[in-house]
Amino acid sequence: MKLEITVNGRAVSADVPPNTLLSAFIRDHLRLTGTHRGCDTSQCGACTVIANGRSMKSCSVVVGQMQGAAITTIEGLAGKDGELHPMQAAFKECHGLQCGFCTPGMIMSSVDLLTHHPHATKAEICELLEGNICRCTGYENIVKAVQTAQKKMSA
Amino acid sequence: MSTLYAFDYERPTTQADAVRLIQAGGRPLAGGQTLIASMKLHLASPSQLVDLGAIPELVGIRKQGDELVIGAMTCHRDVAESTVVREAIPALAALADLIGDKQIRSMGTIGGSVANNDPAADYPAALLALGATIHTASRKIAADDFFQGLFSTALEEGEIITAIHFPIPQRAAYVKFPQPASLFALIGVFVAQFRKSVRVAVTGGGSGVFRHTAMEAALSRDFSPAAIANVATDVESLSSDLHGSNAYRAHLVSVIAQRAVAGAQG
Repeated sequence: MKLEITVNGRAVSADVPPNTLLSAFIRDHLRLTGTHRGCDTSQCGACTVIANGRSMKSCSVVVGQMQGAAITTIEGLAGKDGELHPMQAAFKECHGLQCGFCTPGMIMSSVDLLTHHPHATKAEICELLEGNICRCTGYENIVKAVQTAQKKMSA
Repeated sequence: MSTLYAFDYERPTTQADAVRLIQAGGRPLAGGQTLIASMKLHLASPSQLVDLGAIPELVGIRKQGDELVIGAMTCHRDVAESTVVREAIPALAALADLIGDKQIRSMGTIGGSVANNDPAADYPAALLALGATIHTASRKIAADDFFQGLFSTALEEGEIITAIHFPIPQRAAYVKFPQPASLFALIGVFVAQFRKSVRVAVTGGGSGVFRHTAMEAALSRDFSPAAIANVATDVESLSSDLHGSNAYRAHLVSVIAQRAVAGAQG
């Protein structure tokens, strides 16, 4: 099928089989390997990207569902000069990661979180990150990173 | 990496085209948050998917007379964030915000959830307790007749849901005890009080959403948590699994229903 989609601000036109998952399209076709394929069963959230302004799990949609959509992956967050997005900078500053595997999904999910809930409390941040699993950190520094980004982004 | 069996994919832009394709044997695809996972596990292998995601008629939320109408392809986040829903039936907006996680709520739809009728899904409890009407492309079905146990509904082959019509209660609440890994309801209870009746629906019990008529009778006399504190739930009608025995589920029904009544009282 013919797929027309915008990824990180760039219009992409591709001919792909309809049974292509969005995660596979992003990683294998576009070679944007920052989006991670973790559990592949819609639980861990490592494959989270933002589609039309909302985070979703790219392992659980077929590309046709994203026809005409605007997708942002982790590669689309930093500025052109390489300057980190405030969320990326906060994860670095707060050491909101250990092995780093969940980090791209965690960051995309957190960007959506603060976009729609700029004043989220700590408890709300924890609830809204329910769709992302980290097996290293115990989440403390991840939540701190989101709170740090929250201060920067509202400043 | 999971592979999906090959299928033909259609993305109609009108309801009429979608109905034609589905009546010819295509499988409707709503948000895909259950169907795609089932296809990955090869539990489902449709030869043709008819994606309902590009049909404007199927999306939207509006107040129509004394009803709240939600289009079948409206996603959970739209329901949760809607000021129309929050004003008309706040319990319904709150329920939508409890489904799965926020990424799933971005994709999952009310029509998909209702058509799937997972025995631990949240929406079926709301539809049954509120006495909603399920509109399909060809007819209207009362929630009381629609849900027919474990993944079974009154929908016929080739029939798609177009919208759900909700009567607006005086007050209502939904309380869910989530199974922490799946985020489905281990038990969820939706309580709705109307001018002349009270309806109570339970999800997560095992074999499908059901009305708790003994609690409804007690709450019709006295709408308070105390009124149902000693109302029994038929243990044998509930199921046991690794997450909880049927006796445990029956206990949860009592506790969660009392919390829902307290929640509705505000």
